[in-house]
Amino acid sequence: MLELREVCTYYGNIQALRDISLRVEEGEIITLIGANGAGKSTTLMSISGIVPPKRGEILFRGRPIHELSADRIVALGICQVPEGRHIFPDLTVAENLDMGAFLRRDRKGIARDLDYVYSLFPILRERRNQPGGNLSGGEQQMLAISRALMARPQLLLLDEPSMGLAPLVTRQIFEIIRQINREQNTTIFLVEQNANLALKVADRGYVLETGRITMHDRAGALRANRDVQRAYLGI
Amino acid sequence: MDYFVELFFSGLTRGSIYALIALGYTMVYGIIGLINFAHGEIYMIGAFTALIVSTVLSIMGFPLPAIIILTALAAAIWASAYGYTVEKLAYRPLRNAPRLSPLISAIGMSMFLQNYVLLAQTPDFLPFPALIPDFAFMERFAGVIGSSDLVILITTTVIMILLTLLIKFTRTGKAMRATAQDRTMAMLVGINVDHVISVTFILGSALAAIGGMLIASHIGQINFYIGFIAGIKAFTAAVLGGIGSIPGAVLGSFILGLTESFATGYVSSDYEDVFAFSLLVLILIFRPSGLLGKATIEKV
Repeated sequence: MLELREVCTYYGNIQALRDISLRVEEGEIITLIGANGAGKSTTLMSISGIVPPKRGEILFRGRPIHELSADRIVALGICQVPEGRHIFPDLTVAENLDMGAFLRRDRKGIARDLDYVYSLFPILRERRNQPGGNLSGGEQQMLAISRALMARPQLLLLDEPSMGLAPLVTRQIFEIIRQINREQNTTIFLVEQNANLALKVADRGYVLETGRITMHDRAGALRANRDVQRAYLGI
Repeated sequence: MDYFVELFFSGLTRGSIYALIALGYTMVYGIIGLINFAHGEIYMIGAFTALIVSTVLSIMGFPLPAIIILTALAAAIWASAYGYTVEKLAYRPLRNAPRLSPLISAIGMSMFLQNYVLLAQTPDFLPFPALIPDFAFMERFAGVIGSSDLVILITTTVIMILLTLLIKFTRTGKAMRATAQDRTMAMLVGINVDHVISVTFILGSALAAIGGMLIASHIGQINFYIGFIAGIKAFTAAVLGGIGSIPGAVLGSFILGLTESFATGYVSSDYEDVFAFSLLVLILIFRPSGLLGKATIEKV
C-alpha cells in the first residue's frame, strides 16, 4: 500500500533520514520504534509532505507521492495524528472534528462518521462546544485521532499516541486503535517510544536508529529479539 | 456639547478608516506572523485607483451611485492584485527564512511601491473628487456629522459584519482560523495553506483599498505618501487592540481615532500624534499583548 524507497530527508544541512526503505501492506498495523531523535517523526512528516524527502521515492498504491503538496496527500487518503496532538486550541471540539473533514463534501457521510467517533469517545460529544485547548491531554489525544478519522483515511499515521498520558488512558487509546484497524479496515502506521505497547498491537515492526532502519520483522519476533529487548523493552 | 459630539463622530470616522486598514495588518500577522509594512502602500494604491476610475467614469457620464460602486469594486480588485503579487514575490520565497528577512522584504516593498507611484503619477498632491454628495436629510445634523462621515461609518460597519460572518461560517474562514492557530496541522487536515495566505492578502488589500477610497473622497486630496502615515497609524491601532485579533484591531482603531479626534479638538492638532503614540506606549507597558490580544502561553 505504502512503500518508501531509499528516502533521505534533511533539515537544512542536517540529514535526518538515511536511505529509509519500508513497506506497509493493506490492512495491517505496522510500527516504527526507536529512541529520541532517531527520525521517527521525520519519517511521518516526509510521508505527509510536510518535510519532503530530498532523495528517494514514496509510493502510495504504486503512485509516487513525494512531490505532492501536503493537502494533495491528505486527499489521497493518508492522514496523520502528529506528535503533541496539535489540536486547534481556539476551535471548539466540534469545529476541530469539522476541520478533519475539510476535504470532504458528502454531508451524510460526514454526519455518519461524526456519530462513529462520538461513539468511540463519548466524552467528545459531551464537550463538543468547548474550545479544544481546554481539554485534558487524554481527551486531546482522543480528539486528534477522531479528527483524523473524520477524513476517512485509508492509511492512518499515528505519532506517539501514548505521549504524556496516564497508563489507563493509553490502554484505552490503543484498544481503539486496534478497533479502528478492524472495524474500518484502516491501515495503521504507528510510531511509538513505548516499544512494548507498540509491538503488542502491531503486526510488523521496524527499528530506526539515527536515521537508518536497522531491523525489521514480525512484531512477535522483534519482541523476542535480545537486542531489541535490551535497547527498547528494558528487559 | 455639540462640539463634543462632533469630535466624537469625527473620531469614529477616523477609527473606521484605521480599522479597514488595521484588519489587513492583523489578519496577515495572525496567519503568517509578518508585519506587512507594504500594507499602507496597498491602501494608497487603492486611493489612486479610485481616483483614476472615478474620473474616467464621471467623464463617461455614469450616474453617481454607479460611479461609487464601480470605483469601490475597481479599487478593491486592483489593490488585491497588488497585495496578492507582493505576497507571492516578496514574502512567499522567504516563508521559511528567519523572521527578520520577510520584514526587511516588506519594508523594501513599501519603498518600492511608494516610489513607483511617485514616478508613475506625480509627487504632488492630487485633488480627489467628493464622491459622496451632501444628503438633504443630513442638513439638520450639519454641525455634528457630515454625509460622508455617515457613509463611511455605515460602509465600515457593513464590511465588518460581512468579514465576521465570512471568518466564522465559511469554509475559507474556517481554513483561515485553522491556519492561524496551527499551520502544520492545517496542512495535515488538507488545507492548502498557500491558498489561504493568498486569500488573506486579497481580503486585507480589498478592505484597505475601500478605506483609501473613502478617506480620499472625505479629505479631498491624495499623494504617493499617504500610505505611510495611515499605515503606521493603523498598525498602531492593531497593536493597541492586540495584533492577530480581529475584534482587537477594530477596537484599537476606534480608540485611536477617538483619542486623536479629542486631542485635536481640545488640545491642538499639533499634538494629535503625541497622544496617539503615548496611548500606545501606555498600553504596551500595562498590557504588552494589546487590549484583546492573548498572552502567549507555551504549553508543554
